[in-house]
Amino acid sequence: MSAPVLDVKKLKTSFFTDDGPLTVVNEVDFQVHAGEVLGIVGESGCGKSVTSLSIMGLVPALTSKVEGEILYRGENLTQASEKRMRQVRGNDIAMIFQEPMTSLNPLFTIGSQLTEALRLHHKKLSKKEALQQAVAMLKKVGLARAEQLVNEYPHQLSGGMRQRVMIAMAMICNPQILIADEPTTALDVTIQAQILELMKKLNEETDTAIIMITHDLGVVAEICQRVVVMYAGRIVEEGTVESIFTHPSHPYTIGLLRSVPDMRTKKQRLFSIPGNVPKPGSLNIGCQFAPRCSQAHEKCLKEAPDLKALSNGQRVRCWLYEEEKEYIV
Amino acid sequence: MTEALLEVKHLKKVFPIHGGLFGRRVGEVKAVDDISFYIKKGETLGLVGESGCGKSTTGRMLLRLLEPTEGTIRFEGQDLTKLSREEMRKMRKEIQMVFQDPFASLNPRHTVEKILEEPLIVHGLKSKTERKKRVQELLEIVGLSSWHANRYPHQFSGGQRQRIGIARALAVHPKLIVADEPVSALDVSIQAQVLNLLQDLQKEFGLTYLFIAHDLGVVRHISDRVGVMYLGQMMELADSEALYDSPKHPYTEALLSAVPVPDVDIKKERIVLKGDVPSPANPPAGCPFHLRCPKVMEACASIRPAFREVEPGHYAACHLYGEQL
Repeated sequence: MSAPVLDVKKLKTSFFTDDGPLTVVNEVDFQVHAGEVLGIVGESGCGKSVTSLSIMGLVPALTSKVEGEILYRGENLTQASEKRMRQVRGNDIAMIFQEPMTSLNPLFTIGSQLTEALRLHHKKLSKKEALQQAVAMLKKVGLARAEQLVNEYPHQLSGGMRQRVMIAMAMICNPQILIADEPTTALDVTIQAQILELMKKLNEETDTAIIMITHDLGVVAEICQRVVVMYAGRIVEEGTVESIFTHPSHPYTIGLLRSVPDMRTKKQRLFSIPGNVPKPGSLNIGCQFAPRCSQAHEKCLKEAPDLKALSNGQRVRCWLYEEEKEYIV
Repeated sequence: MTEALLEVKHLKKVFPIHGGLFGRRVGEVKAVDDISFYIKKGETLGLVGESGCGKSTTGRMLLRLLEPTEGTIRFEGQDLTKLSREEMRKMRKEIQMVFQDPFASLNPRHTVEKILEEPLIVHGLKSKTERKKRVQELLEIVGLSSWHANRYPHQFSGGQRQRIGIARALAVHPKLIVADEPVSALDVSIQAQVLNLLQDLQKEFGLTYLFIAHDLGVVRHISDRVGVMYLGQMMELADSEALYDSPKHPYTEALLSAVPVPDVDIKKERIVLKGDVPSPANPPAGCPFHLRCPKVMEACASIRPAFREVEPGHYAACHLYGEQL
């Protein structure tokens, strides 16, 4: 396998609070290869968004600390200067957000917002050339009448169109990595289908790797090749989409998959994981999931398990899969 | 057939659009445009559709939190649209609502006890000790503990807050609960807990639900029958099995195929609809779906298809089924 475009090693992000540092992301490591779609799933507060913001260098430096390594083609971004990060952002790693309305500036036309990114990274482009590229990009993301759109303002567009504009803006510099943070959550299903289709197409046409952050397991099955499941700031399971969906190993992944109501069949009663989603940064000794886990035993409450590779290529953070044979299901 | 608890006929809601210098009426939005349905006692009717399709407006009109423009709402034979405000207030003892956002629908300055007590006071439970007892009882019913009574909403998680919202709706022993997106703000694992709670309560107290949601999986799970709305109109209504397994309306078909399924073995044929939902202020003539419909015919652009029974108990508004019956 070729060298990964992004190699995250032992990422740990903490925020400073009055009660001391609050660690929201801990011991996160994963790799992203060119042309791949990696999903990061988890419930609210599991640290999936903070992970992506850490990669982009967007966590506020004064109130937080990012430890570990984020290697973008061998270059450690956690050590990079702000000036270097500005070059990386948009040009090498781009990001799209959940709510397209709040991520677009309402006071500027679509055209000026699209060309801004382009002219920032490619200073030689004239305004006219940049605008031409913007129009071409808008057409590429499936927006009809792109020539007029560049002169329009965000409020004149529908939610689905805005998200297409966001994607166009992110893709305009041809980034190596596109981080999509819940890109379809605010959209209706029929529009979500259009956007997923578009992202798949762009992924096939370019070799841009996509990191898809979502809480929707359906979206993961739809678009991702590999998936990382996060819980309480840690990766609990990782593997290819096929293996995770057919052989989920961690009790949390199993529970999560079972608690989604299936549209195709009707179950009498839904499986539900007892308890609540832990607050970000809340820590207990041992496995973070143990208080909600039906298979928790003594060791789970005392010692935190490591992420361990299984024979089928999955990685899982659970004592059930350690050497102790009696616990293996 | 068990009798219908609620029967809605030709319900309409038109919001005027005011504009110009003198705030004249310059247009209107037909948020709900002539829909009819009924809910049997003890069943759950699901209402699905994309944003702006009028499903929430419908739910609110049933409690007359919004005044219907036209049509009748019969609850146990009595027309709710004819009631005075005072009579309607009393009627809300029978029909209660659970809202989507458990963060916005609970008063942050009131303790849980006060929140749950309020409907009891409004509907005339005088004795303070009895009210206290009922509050304790309600907390237990929805799976919270009695010591939660003195806490404030911000001390609870989203799922717990939604449980409080449900307890508040249950306080006055309603017959019908209108649940407007009750689980869409919740995480998957918590969503399952709340859905199970709603089903348990239905069994225990013989409740009838109108369950409004945009998540098709959730709606199938909880509903006996499902109605699909688009641009203020009911496109299809049937038993949930029939609707999901053999949808009649092209919109329902497209909607169902658009949902990503958490299963990698299924590679399904997806119908990707072109374009956006048209603005309800300026809906297309004829069938509201004809601009995006993959099976559009000539008649669709001019004539609005009637909402008719295409199979026993299976209703659809589509010209494809014009000749049948």
